[in-house]
Amino acid sequence: MTTPESRRRFRALLVKESLQIMRDPSTFLIAFLLPLLLLFLFGYGVSLDTARTRIGLAVEDSSAPALGLASAFRGSRWFAVTESRSVARLKRDLVADRIRGIVVIPQDFGRQVARGGGDIQVITDASLPNTASFVAAYAEGVRATWAAGQATDDGARAPAPPVSLSARFWFNPELASRYFLVPGSIAIVMTMIGTLLTALVVAREWERGTMEALMATPVGMGEFLATKVIPYFLLGLGSMAVCTLLAILLFGVPFRGSPLALLVIASAFLVPALGQGLLISAATRNQFVASQIALITAFLPAMLLSGFIFEISSMPKVIQALTYAVPARYLIPPLQTVFVTGDLWGLFLRNIAVLLGFGALFFTLAFRATRRRVA
Amino acid sequence: MNQAALARLWAIIVKEMWAVLRDPHARLVLIVPPVLQLFLFAFASTLEVKNINVAVYDRDNGAWSQEFVQRLAGSPNVQHIVPVHSPAELAHAIDYREVIAAVSFDQRFSADIAAGRPATVQVILDGRRSNASQIVNGYLERIVADIGAGIRPAAGRPPGQSIVSHWFNPNLDYLWFTMPALVVIISTVSGLSVTAQAIARERELGTFDQLMVSPLRVHEILIGKMVPPLIVGLANATLYTILIPTVFGVPLTGSIPLFYIALVFYMLALIGVGLLISALAATQQQAFLGMFLTSVPAILLSGYASPVDNMPGWLRIIAQADPPKHFLIISEGVFLKAMPARDILANTWPLVLIAAVTLTAASLLFRSRME
Repeated sequence: MTTPESRRRFRALLVKESLQIMRDPSTFLIAFLLPLLLLFLFGYGVSLDTARTRIGLAVEDSSAPALGLASAFRGSRWFAVTESRSVARLKRDLVADRIRGIVVIPQDFGRQVARGGGDIQVITDASLPNTASFVAAYAEGVRATWAAGQATDDGARAPAPPVSLSARFWFNPELASRYFLVPGSIAIVMTMIGTLLTALVVAREWERGTMEALMATPVGMGEFLATKVIPYFLLGLGSMAVCTLLAILLFGVPFRGSPLALLVIASAFLVPALGQGLLISAATRNQFVASQIALITAFLPAMLLSGFIFEISSMPKVIQALTYAVPARYLIPPLQTVFVTGDLWGLFLRNIAVLLGFGALFFTLAFRATRRRVA
Repeated sequence: MNQAALARLWAIIVKEMWAVLRDPHARLVLIVPPVLQLFLFAFASTLEVKNINVAVYDRDNGAWSQEFVQRLAGSPNVQHIVPVHSPAELAHAIDYREVIAAVSFDQRFSADIAAGRPATVQVILDGRRSNASQIVNGYLERIVADIGAGIRPAAGRPPGQSIVSHWFNPNLDYLWFTMPALVVIISTVSGLSVTAQAIARERELGTFDQLMVSPLRVHEILIGKMVPPLIVGLANATLYTILIPTVFGVPLTGSIPLFYIALVFYMLALIGVGLLISALAATQQQAFLGMFLTSVPAILLSGYASPVDNMPGWLRIIAQADPPKHFLIISEGVFLKAMPARDILANTWPLVLIAAVTLTAASLLFRSRME
C-alpha cells in the first residue's frame, strides 16, 4: 500500500481534489460567507433576550393612584408604552400586530386602592406565547413594585418574605443567549460543510460520470475516498477556526477551554458528517435529490434535534429517541462546554466516542454503496 | 394577447411542469419533506422546559427543606431529584450536565423559618443553557412563593393584582404559534428551491440555448419558469392549511380567500428572489447554495426564530425587505387572530412591492444574460 508509487498517486489525487475545491467560487461561498452570515445572524438577529416590548396603556381613571401607576409603566425599562383613552383602539392595534399587550387601569382604580385593593387588567397577544408570558409577568412586576412603594409611603412597611430564592447562573451570569447560540451555529456550519457540500459535490461527480472514470484508475477504494474527504475535512476545520475567532473577538463569547480540545471535538464531529455526505451522494447520484436529502437528514436535525435551540428533555419520548441518532446531538454539549465552562475531558471523551462510532458506521456504509455502484 | 402567443405560453408552462414532476426522485422530494417537517417541527420545536433533573444539597435536613424537596419532586416538570453530598459533587453534576439546576439549603434553613427569620434557598443554574435555566428558575421561584404563602398567608404581598387574559391562544400553547409559522417556512423553502433550480439546470444541461432560439419571448420563458414553483408552493401551503386545524387542532379563524391572495403575492415575491439566484448561478450547485444562503437568513429574520422586536434597529430595517417577515404576520393573523381585511392588506402591499422589484430585476438580468 505504501509504495513510493502509491504515495505519489495519493498525493496527486489530493492535489487535484484540493484545486477543484479552491477553484469553485461556491465553495468559498459556503465555507466562509455562510459561516459569517450565520454567526452574524445568530449573534445579532436571533436574540431570545427580550428587549423593550411595545404595549398599549389605557388609563380610564384620573385619580392620583391611577396616574402614579401609569407613570410607573411609562418609566419601566421593559415596556415602550403607547397611550390611548380608548381600549377598543388598542385592541385593534393588538390584532394588527402593532403592540404585544394592553394594560388597562380601570375606572374605579383609585377607589379600589383606597379600600386596600387595586386590580389592573392585562391583555396579551398570545399568538406569540413567550412574549405573552413576558408581558404578563413584567406588567404584574411593575404593578407590584408600585403597590409596594405606595405601602412604604403609607408607613406600613411590607415585611420581608419568609423564604426567598438566591439564584446564580454559572458560566453565563449575564444570561446572554448568544453564549449558546454562537457556539451552536458553529455546529450548523460544520454540518453544512461536512454533509451538505460533500454530498452535493460528490453527487455531481456521479452525475457526470467522472467518478467512474477515476475508479478505473489503479487507485484503491480507501485511498480514493480519503482523497475526496481530506480537503473537506480541512475546509471544515478552517471554517470552524474563523467562526471561533469571530465568536470570541466580535461577539465576546468567552473561550475557557483549550484550543486543543476544540480541535479534537471538531475533528471528531467532522468524521460522521463527511461519512454521511459521502453516503448520501453514493446512494442518490443526483445533485437535486442529494441536496434535499442532506437538508432533511443533516441540516434540519442539527437545527431542531441537537439541543441547540430546543431542550431535548422537553420533547415527546419518540422524538427524544430519534435524537440519539443525530450526530450533532453529541457535538452541542462539548462545544458549549469548551467555550463557556472549560476543559471537561470526561464529558468530551464520552461524546467523541459516540461521534467516532457514527463515523465508522457511515464510512462503512458509504464504502459499500460506492463499491456496489461500480461492481 | 393573440392566439399564437397564448399557445406558446401554454406549451412552455406544460413543459416546465413536466420538468419538475418527471423525475420520480424529485416528485418524492417535493412531497415527503414537507410532511416530515410538519411533524418534526410540531413536536420538536418547543421552548417549554420539561422532564428536568435537579440536584439537591441538603445540609439542613429539616422539616422545611424536606417540604421544598417534596414540592419540587411533585412538580410535573421535574423528572428526577439527584441528592448530592458535597459542593464538589454539586459542581460535577452541573458541569457534566446531569442536572440543569442545583438547590442547596444551609444548616439553619428550617431553624430560621421556625424562628421567623428570613431564610434563603441557594440555587445554581447551568448558564450554558441560559434560556432553559431561566425558565427553571421561574419554577423554583413559584415553589418558594407557595411555601412562603403557607408560612405566613399574604406575607409581604402588596394589595391588588393583575387580571391577565391571553388573547388568541388562551393556554399559551406553543404549537399554536409554530404551526402558522410553518406554512410560511414550507412555502419559502419549497418555492425557492424549485425556482432556483429552474434556469440553472437548463444552463448546466445546455438546453437553455435551445430555449433561446425557440420562438418564445423572454417574458414567456419567465412566466413558464414561474408557474411550477407557484403551484408547488400553493399545494404545500394548502396541504398544511388543511392538516393544521384538523390534525393539530390549531384554530383557523380568518378569511381564507384573503389568505390565498396574500399567499400568491408572497409566492411571487419569493419567485422573484429565486429567479434572481437562478439567473446569477452558472451551475445547479451554485443555485442550490445561493438558495440556501438566502432562505436561512430569510427565515431567521422573519420573526419565527425570535421576535423581530428583539433585533437591533438596523436589522429591523433590513427585515422589512424580507418577504417571510410580512407573511408571518398574515399567517399568524389569519389562523389565530381573525385578522380583518385592512390589516391583511397592510401587510400584503410590502409583498407586492418586493415582488415587483425582484421580478423586474430578474427579468432585466435574464435579458442581459440572453444577449
